[in-house]
Amino acid sequence: MEELDSEPTVTLIPGVNSRKKQMCFDWGPGEMLVCETSFNKKEKSDMVPGCPFIHIIRKNEDVYSQILRKLFNESHGIFVGLQRIEEELTGKSRKTQLVRVSKNYRSVIRACLEEMHQLAIAGKDPAIGRQFSIQVSSLSAMELIWNLCEILFIEVAPAGPLLLHLLDWVQLHVCEVDSLSADVLGSENPSKHERFWNLVTVLVLQGRLDEARQMLSKEADSSPTSAGMCRILGDLMRTMPVLSPGNTQTLTELELKWQHWHEECERHLQDGTFASSPHLESLCKVMLGEEAALLEQKGLLSTWYHFLVTRLLYSHPTVKPTDLHFYAQSSLDLFLGGESSPEPLDNILMAAFEFDIHQVIKECSIALSNWWFVAHLTDLLDHCKLLQSHNLYFGSNMREFLLLEYASGLFAHHSLWQLGVDYFDYCPELGRVSLELHIERIPLSTEQKALKVLRVCEQRQMTEQVRSICKILAMKAVRNNRLGSALSWSIRAKDAAFATLVSDRFLRDYCERGCFSDLDLIDNLGPAMMLSDRLTFLGKYREFHRLYGEKRFVDAASLLLSLMTSQIAPRSFWMTLLTDALPLLEQKQVIFSAEQTYELMRCLEDLTSERPVRGEPDAQQLQALCF
Amino acid sequence: MEEIYAKFVSQKISKTRWRPVPPGSLQTTETFATGSWDNEENYVSLWSIGDFGNLDSDGGFEGDHQLLCDIRHHGDVMDLQFFDQERIVAASSTGCVTVFLHHPNNQTLSVSQQWTAAHHHTGPGSPSCSSAPCTGIVCSNPEIVTVGEDGRINLFRADHKEAIRTIDNADSSTLHAVTFLRTPEILTVNSIGQLKIWDFRQQGNEPSQILSLTGDRVPLHCVDRHPSQQHVVATGGQDGMLSIWDVRQGTMPVSLLKAHEAEMWEVHFHPSNPDHLFTCSEDGSLWHWDASTDVPEKSSLFYQGGRNSTFLSHSISNQANVHQSLISSWLITDPTKDRIEITSLLPNRTLSVNSLDVLGPCLVCGTDAEAIYVTRQLFS
Repeated sequence: MEELDSEPTVTLIPGVNSRKKQMCFDWGPGEMLVCETSFNKKEKSDMVPGCPFIHIIRKNEDVYSQILRKLFNESHGIFVGLQRIEEELTGKSRKTQLVRVSKNYRSVIRACLEEMHQLAIAGKDPAIGRQFSIQVSSLSAMELIWNLCEILFIEVAPAGPLLLHLLDWVQLHVCEVDSLSADVLGSENPSKHERFWNLVTVLVLQGRLDEARQMLSKEADSSPTSAGMCRILGDLMRTMPVLSPGNTQTLTELELKWQHWHEECERHLQDGTFASSPHLESLCKVMLGEEAALLEQKGLLSTWYHFLVTRLLYSHPTVKPTDLHFYAQSSLDLFLGGESSPEPLDNILMAAFEFDIHQVIKECSIALSNWWFVAHLTDLLDHCKLLQSHNLYFGSNMREFLLLEYASGLFAHHSLWQLGVDYFDYCPELGRVSLELHIERIPLSTEQKALKVLRVCEQRQMTEQVRSICKILAMKAVRNNRLGSALSWSIRAKDAAFATLVSDRFLRDYCERGCFSDLDLIDNLGPAMMLSDRLTFLGKYREFHRLYGEKRFVDAASLLLSLMTSQIAPRSFWMTLLTDALPLLEQKQVIFSAEQTYELMRCLEDLTSERPVRGEPDAQQLQALCF
Repeated sequence: MEEIYAKFVSQKISKTRWRPVPPGSLQTTETFATGSWDNEENYVSLWSIGDFGNLDSDGGFEGDHQLLCDIRHHGDVMDLQFFDQERIVAASSTGCVTVFLHHPNNQTLSVSQQWTAAHHHTGPGSPSCSSAPCTGIVCSNPEIVTVGEDGRINLFRADHKEAIRTIDNADSSTLHAVTFLRTPEILTVNSIGQLKIWDFRQQGNEPSQILSLTGDRVPLHCVDRHPSQQHVVATGGQDGMLSIWDVRQGTMPVSLLKAHEAEMWEVHFHPSNPDHLFTCSEDGSLWHWDASTDVPEKSSLFYQGGRNSTFLSHSISNQANVHQSLISSWLITDPTKDRIEITSLLPNRTLSVNSLDVLGPCLVCGTDAEAIYVTRQLFS
C-alpha cells in the first residue's frame, strides 16, 4: 500500500503508564502481545509500581461477534459446496448455478443483517446499540456491493435486462417506500395525506408505475378537478414500454416504441396538459428523465445510484453495460453537486460500474474490517473466470491471497479453526504449507479435540504433524501415568520409538515393584505388540508369567529361552530373565532339555563376559545348578 | 423423510439431549438441552421446539427451535445427561461434574450441585492439582456414574457431597463412555478397544469381565445398551466401525459393520423402537440403521419389549434358544443378508456431527459447523 488512508488510531493499554514506562511487543498470527518493560522514559529510575500483566491485542474483533459467527459458518458451507461442484459446472447451466450461489451468499448476509437489526433496536444499552447499528450499515453496504457485482459480473446482464436488474437492486435497498406506503394507505383519506405526493413520486422514481397509477386513481376519485389529468398521466404510465422478462421483442423494437412514448409525454408537457397541477407536472418531467426535475427530488432519491438508475430508466432504458460508467460518473457528480466528496462506498460502486474488478476488491479490502467479504466474492468471481490474468508479484494469485488471509484470521480464533481448514484445502499453492504450520499450534486441551485435529491431519496425509501431535499427547500421558493412553497414541502414530519408551517404563515398574501394573493392557496387546521389539518382549514376558502361573512349565521354559536367544530381550533385562529361570531349574522334574540348558549357559556366559569384574552371586548359583 | 430444520447457533455443539417425558405421558418431548465446546465461554442451554399443534402452512418458522435459557459452563461440555425432569448433569473438561437445575417458572438454570475434582491425574510427573477431563456420564436416578481421561470411575449419588464409590486407575487408558447394563453393573469402553463390565456389588477394583476386538486395538468412543435386552450392546470406534456385542457370550463382538469414514461419536438405540439405531460421526454424517424385518402382522411401529413374537430370518432358524420371547434382530450373525436399511439423515455433508439423541418421533443433533438439526417426523 503506497498511501496511508487515515491517521493510525491510538489504543491505550489499561494499567500501563505510557508516560513513565516503555512497552515491548511481539507479533503473533492474529494478535499482538504487549507488556511493560522495566525501562523508564526518564533517566533516573522512578520506583513506579509496574503493571504485571501481559496484554493480548486483537485487531479483528468481528471474528468474536456472535452473529457474524453464523455468517462465517453458513458461508463456509456455501464455499465448500461451490468448490465441490466446480467440476460439474459446464455450459449453460453454469451461469445459473453461479448466480444461485451468489444469491445464497446474499441471503446469508441478509439473515445476519435482520438479526443484527433486531438486536440493535431491542438492546437497552445505547453504546452497544450504536455498535450494532454500525455493523448493520456495514453489512447492508456489503450486500449492496455484492448485489451489484452479481448483476454486472456474474449475471452479466445485457442491455435491456440490465436495467430491470438495476431497478430490482435499487428497490431492494431503498426500503423506506414500504413503510411510507403503509403509512399513507393506512390513513383514512390517503390522497389528503401530507406525504401522499411523496409516495407517488417515490413510486415513479423507482419505476413502480402500476402502484403509482393506483395512487393517482385515488387522487382522481377524491378530487374531480384533476381527474382528467390523473387519467392522462395514468395512461402514460400504463403505456410506457418496458422489457418484460420473456418478452420476445428485440432491443431496437423496444427503443422505437420507447421513443414514440417519450415524444408523446413531451407533447403533453408542451401542451400544458398538467399545467394546473404542479405535482402532476413534475411527475411528467420525471418521467421524461429531465435532470433538473430528478435533482429536485434528491431527498426522495437519497443516493446517487438511485438517481442514476431512475435517470437511466427514463432517458436511456436500453443502456449497454459498457456505457454505464459514463452515466454513473455524471450522476455522481450531479448528485453530489460539489458539496461533498464521494465516500468509500461510492468509490467502490463506481469502480464496479467501470467494470474494474480489481479496484472494487482493493477498495473493499481497505474499507471493510475483515477479509470475509473480499475472500468469498473474489473466489466466486474466480469461478466465473474473471480473474485469470492478474498475478500478484509474490507468487500466488489474488484469490488465493485473500483466502489465505481469511483462513489465517479464522485460525486465530479459538473455535473457528475448523472452518479455516477447508479454506486452506482450496488454496493450491500455499494452502497445505499454511495448514501444516497452523494446525500444529492449536492448543489441545482434551483428547477429543486432539482426535479431531489428528483426523484433519490424517485425511491430508500430514504424517509429520500426526507424529508430532501424538508424541506430545503420549508424553503427557506418560507423565500422568496413563501408560495405556500413551501406548494408544504411539500405535496411532505408528511410533515405534515411543512404544519402546512405554514398554521400558512398564519393565522398570516391574523391576521396582515386582509385579506388573496395568495388566489389562499388557494382556490384551494384540497385533499392536508388533509395533516395537520392546513391546513384543513385554507382551511375551507377561505371557511367560501367565504360563508359569498356570503351571505350564515346559511352555514357560521354552518361551523364556526364546526370549533370550531371539535377542528381543534388552540386555539389561537378561539378569532378571535368568533369575526367572532359576525356579524352573530347581524344579524336581526336568523342564529344560539338555540343549535348552546349554543355551541358558551360553546366555549366561555372554552376559557375564561383558562384566568380568563384578561377580554375580546369582550367576554362580546358576552355574552351580547347571552342573 | 421428513422436515429437518437447521439453525446456526454461534457455538460448536458437543452434546444434545432430549428432556425425558414423564412416564405414562402421551406427549412427545418438546425440550432439549445442548452443551457447547471449544469456546472461551461455554454454555449449557435449553431449547424448546415450540407448540406441537401450531404447524401452519408455511411450516418454516414453526419448526425453528428457540432458546429458553442458558448458563455458563466452565470448560468444554464433554457429556450431558438428564437426571430427571428438572436436573441436568454435565461433565466438564476441567474434571468437574455439575448438576444444573431448571426452574420452569422463570426459565432459568442454576447450579444445584457440583463435584469439582471428580477427575484428576495423580501421577508422579503430574502437578498436584492436575485436572483430567471427565468424558462420560450415565444417570439412573439417584445414581450418577462418571468416567474420565484419568481412567477413574466415580459413583455419585445426588445430594451426597462425596462420591459413594471411586475406582482409581480402573483403566490404564482413557475411558470414553459408560452405560448401565443392569442397575448395579456398568459397562465402559476405553481407548485400547476394550469393553469392561464392572459390578458395584463387588468390592475389588477389577472388572468382572473384559471383552475386546481381536485385531487392531481400535479405540472405542461410544456405547449404548439395547433398551429391552440388557445383554445387547452397540459400540462405535475410531475407525467408524459399528460393533454389536452380546455380553453373555464370549469376548468378541457378534457383528462388525463398516459404517463411517471417521470416528463414530455417538450410537443410540431408539428407546421405544429398538430395531432402529442411529450413529453420528466426525465425517459429518448421521445414519439411521433400520433392522426391522418385514413381518406381516407388524402394523404398528411401536411395540413393547415383552411381546411374545419372534422375528425370524433364515440364518437364525437353527439357534438353540428359540424359547426367547424376543430375538433381537441385531444379533443375527449375518448382517450381509441385506436386511439392514441405512439412510443418511442430513441433507448436506457438514463438519463433524458430534452428538445426537432420539426420543419418540423426534431427533436432534449438533455439529461442529455450529448448527443444530431437529426433526419431529422420524418415521413418517
